[in-house]
Amino acid sequence: MSDQALLSIRDLVVEFPTRRGLLRPVDHVSFDIHRGEILGVVGESGAGKSMTGSAVVGLIDRPGRIAAGEVLLDGEPIHRLSEDAMRRVRGRKIGMVFQDPLTSLNPLLRIGDQLVETIRTHLSVGEAEARKRAIAALDEVGIPAAARRIDSYPHEFSGGMRQRVVIALALAAEPELVIADEPTTALDVSVQAQIIALLKRLCRERGAAVMLITHDMGVIAEATDRVAVLYAGRLAEIGPTPDVLSRPKHPYTVGLMKSTPSTLGEGGRLHQIPGSMPGLRAIPNGCAFHPRCTKRFERCDKERPDPIPVGAGQIACWLYDPAEGDRHAAARAELAGAGSDPAAIATAEAGEGAA
Amino acid sequence: MSDSAREQAAQTPEIAAEPGWLKDKWARFLDSDIYYSFKRSPVTIVAFTLVVLLMLGALVGPWIAPQNPHDPAQLNLMDGFTAPFAENQFTGNFYLLGTDDQGRDLFSAILYGLRISLIVGIVSVLFAGVLGVTLGLVAGFFGGWIDTLIMRIADIQLTFPSILIAMLIYGVARGLVPVDMRDEAAIYILIVSIGLSEWVQFARTVRGATLVEREKEYVQAARLIGLGRGPIMLRHVLPNVMGPVLVIATIGLALAIIAEATLSFLGVGAPPTQPSLGTLIRIGQDFLFSGEWWIILFPSMTLLVLALSVNLLGDWLRDVLNPKLR
Amino acid sequence: MLAFIIRRVGQAVIVLFTVGLVAFAIFRFMGDPVENMLGQEATVADRAALIERLGLNDPIPIQYLRFVGGALQGEFGISYRLGRPVSELIVERLPATLELAMVSALFALAFGVMLGVYTGIRRDGFLANVIMSSSLIGVSLPTFLIGILLIWIFAVEFGWLPSFGRGETVTLFGFWESVLFTVSGLKSLILPAITLGLYQMTLIMRLVRSEMLEVLRTDYIRFARARGLRRQAIYFTHALKNTLVPVITVTGLQLGSIIAFAIITETVFQWPGVGLLFINAISFVDIPVMAAYLLLVGAVFVTINLIVDLLYFAIDPRVRFDSPGKGA
Repeated sequence: MSDQALLSIRDLVVEFPTRRGLLRPVDHVSFDIHRGEILGVVGESGAGKSMTGSAVVGLIDRPGRIAAGEVLLDGEPIHRLSEDAMRRVRGRKIGMVFQDPLTSLNPLLRIGDQLVETIRTHLSVGEAEARKRAIAALDEVGIPAAARRIDSYPHEFSGGMRQRVVIALALAAEPELVIADEPTTALDVSVQAQIIALLKRLCRERGAAVMLITHDMGVIAEATDRVAVLYAGRLAEIGPTPDVLSRPKHPYTVGLMKSTPSTLGEGGRLHQIPGSMPGLRAIPNGCAFHPRCTKRFERCDKERPDPIPVGAGQIACWLYDPAEGDRHAAARAELAGAGSDPAAIATAEAGEGAA
Repeated sequence: MSDSAREQAAQTPEIAAEPGWLKDKWARFLDSDIYYSFKRSPVTIVAFTLVVLLMLGALVGPWIAPQNPHDPAQLNLMDGFTAPFAENQFTGNFYLLGTDDQGRDLFSAILYGLRISLIVGIVSVLFAGVLGVTLGLVAGFFGGWIDTLIMRIADIQLTFPSILIAMLIYGVARGLVPVDMRDEAAIYILIVSIGLSEWVQFARTVRGATLVEREKEYVQAARLIGLGRGPIMLRHVLPNVMGPVLVIATIGLALAIIAEATLSFLGVGAPPTQPSLGTLIRIGQDFLFSGEWWIILFPSMTLLVLALSVNLLGDWLRDVLNPKLR
Repeated sequence: MLAFIIRRVGQAVIVLFTVGLVAFAIFRFMGDPVENMLGQEATVADRAALIERLGLNDPIPIQYLRFVGGALQGEFGISYRLGRPVSELIVERLPATLELAMVSALFALAFGVMLGVYTGIRRDGFLANVIMSSSLIGVSLPTFLIGILLIWIFAVEFGWLPSFGRGETVTLFGFWESVLFTVSGLKSLILPAITLGLYQMTLIMRLVRSEMLEVLRTDYIRFARARGLRRQAIYFTHALKNTLVPVITVTGLQLGSIIAFAIITETVFQWPGVGLLFINAISFVDIPVMAAYLLLVGAVFVTINLIVDLLYFAIDPRVRFDSPGKGA
């Protein structure tokens, strides 16, 4: 890893003014992604995962906006770029893969035309060269008989094949960062692993970094180097994937791991975190998780914790505040003991309620 | 949106706990999205006010009009072509908006004309609505050949613009009425022809909703326990389609008013003895070149304001009731 | 695809058959054709002879077939009011209406699509809002008021353009009286064409705008933006093309209604087309003219609908493969 992060998000705040007040789907989130790294971003729906991804590429729908914070790409701020300058970054520097391959492709244009158009927008190559590259790109993502299929319309492909086309499109102009927003959620279970493997292989080959947004713990375990856990628009925990999966520290992450079904496990009951994630209209004071937390103490409903460096990661929880001293050693030990078996998680998939 | 409304209602228990459902309904209305959006849209407030004013004017017209323009005995030819806001140079009589060639007071004529335009518009939309909703329910509920027949007729009719259908029905109906009764029957013929030309939208919407509802489980369940599904569906389908039907009716009212004015303008609508706004404009067009601009201007403005306000209300209603289209 | 076309043609024939039935019913059962044609002084023998000659004693289906056969050959009977063959009247008047309709349609289509795309893209822009607000006035303004307003401004106040008639015409192919090749003809065409096209233009504009807004929200536009494509490419290649299917449907129907709305415009501007013929026929209950006009308009509409259906194939590749009939 080089010393300067490829993507650096600093105190990012996304706000939506609505009829009944201001909503903050992303609330002071900070993290880095380094070159060649795959960062997983997990959380329940509504935790702000996708919104963070959209904020990075400047595709937040009105009336939402980035209210504070910075997004740095290669050390350069990109959150305040003009629309046209941002357009040059999209596709060229940052590629995006969306959830639903059935709706991501323009139904009226041949996939070849969509590829050639993307390539020629960002790279100064001629029509013939662009077409050659388009065929190569399709070939690379595993479309059989790419030279013939390039003139097909999207509806002539299956869901899995379409997601391969989407990936080819996202990578067509050789971006340095790929943001994949739930790339496998809409696909059959049987092709999910193929798509993840494909995405991982292509990014490794090209040295591109990936921000992989998902709620699927199996995908996280299999594909990512580090993982960031979001809760109610805030960062709860971030760290190297093996650490977070096998030795989670934040009470929310601990609950999340315990509630992940494990196919290899010894049986036993699936854990459930009491309550549910608060809606954006009703975020509690202090730590957003405190009403559901079994380890909360007097400070948790008054002050909001910032991420505190612990080991190779960061935890936004007062239990780990050095100023608290050893008061919470027992609670921390209990959380550490409750972690799950990483081998079990590697093949597991998170259920609806868990992630 | 409705969730948040409910949330809000739960947060104000003092209102919910109040006895008397009317007060509760009123409080709910004040908190509803419809009222909220109404408050926030000055254009809609203006349009609503104008529609109410015009309707009031039409309603009390005979009592506030200085003259009955339908009664030839009250017209004084000497007062012909009086300019607006001025006294007649021969008789010294004052008419607010001037007079036409017959000495007919334009202000009174507009009030009476507005009455006819609004009556024809509202009654024909009611007619179209009742007919369309009934046919839509029947088509959706029974299905089979009745459905096919009704929807085929609707499709064919939809192929042609409704103003043409209205003209045709008007022409046919006129042919069926004895010559000496044609003028008296004109208003009724207008209502029938405009009503018959606009039922299709209602029928299609209601049929669609009925088809959706018919397949729902509670209808199947009701059938299993031996209840007739007709009454149950009626109770569920009608409330569901009230929103769209209201939108169609409002926009339909604007269309009906314009259709009436158009037919009357073309001379195939309200007779000159009972002029509607369209007839007044037809009369006024003859004086456009001779400089008596007020004869055509004031009826035209009234028609425009009426049609525009109703259209604005309809547009706003559609936006509120169907946020997807915004 | 062939099955789809055959089915659509079949539907068109059914519609025409129905319209023909209505026209026949009007023609045969409204008023008394014999009375209308002979007048008061006719003897009983004259009546019997005419009834025999018109075939009014034959069974109704035979009469209907004869009516259809006559219509196919352009025979619609004789106008009660003008005493001339209806077919002759229509051939004389049709070119005026067709020229007016074509020019208005072009005007409505070109400006409607342009303004619709603009207001869709600049959703919150000032000019776009002004255009949208005035478009609502355009929809609420009855066609005849637009015409009167234009006459008032351009004919009465400024005296730039004629307010009625067609000006000088040039005869083409021996029967087609055209205004497209003389200065006075073109000048007299401007106001009626704008009057007739304005309403359709507003409708097309509003439709294109709402379709644009709808399409701009879709995932594939979001993905196109995420790929950094240029604005023009997103708006014109990706979005506009996807709005075309509904736009073509409605535009096609609008073009049909232009023929019908021509009745109003022709009345305001005393434009001697078939619409003016029809409105006079309604006033005087001139049955043969009404029946013929109905058949004519029916044929025009059915043809346009058919063309619209076939155009789907050119635009949407999915229709070529998916089950037809849904049309979207």
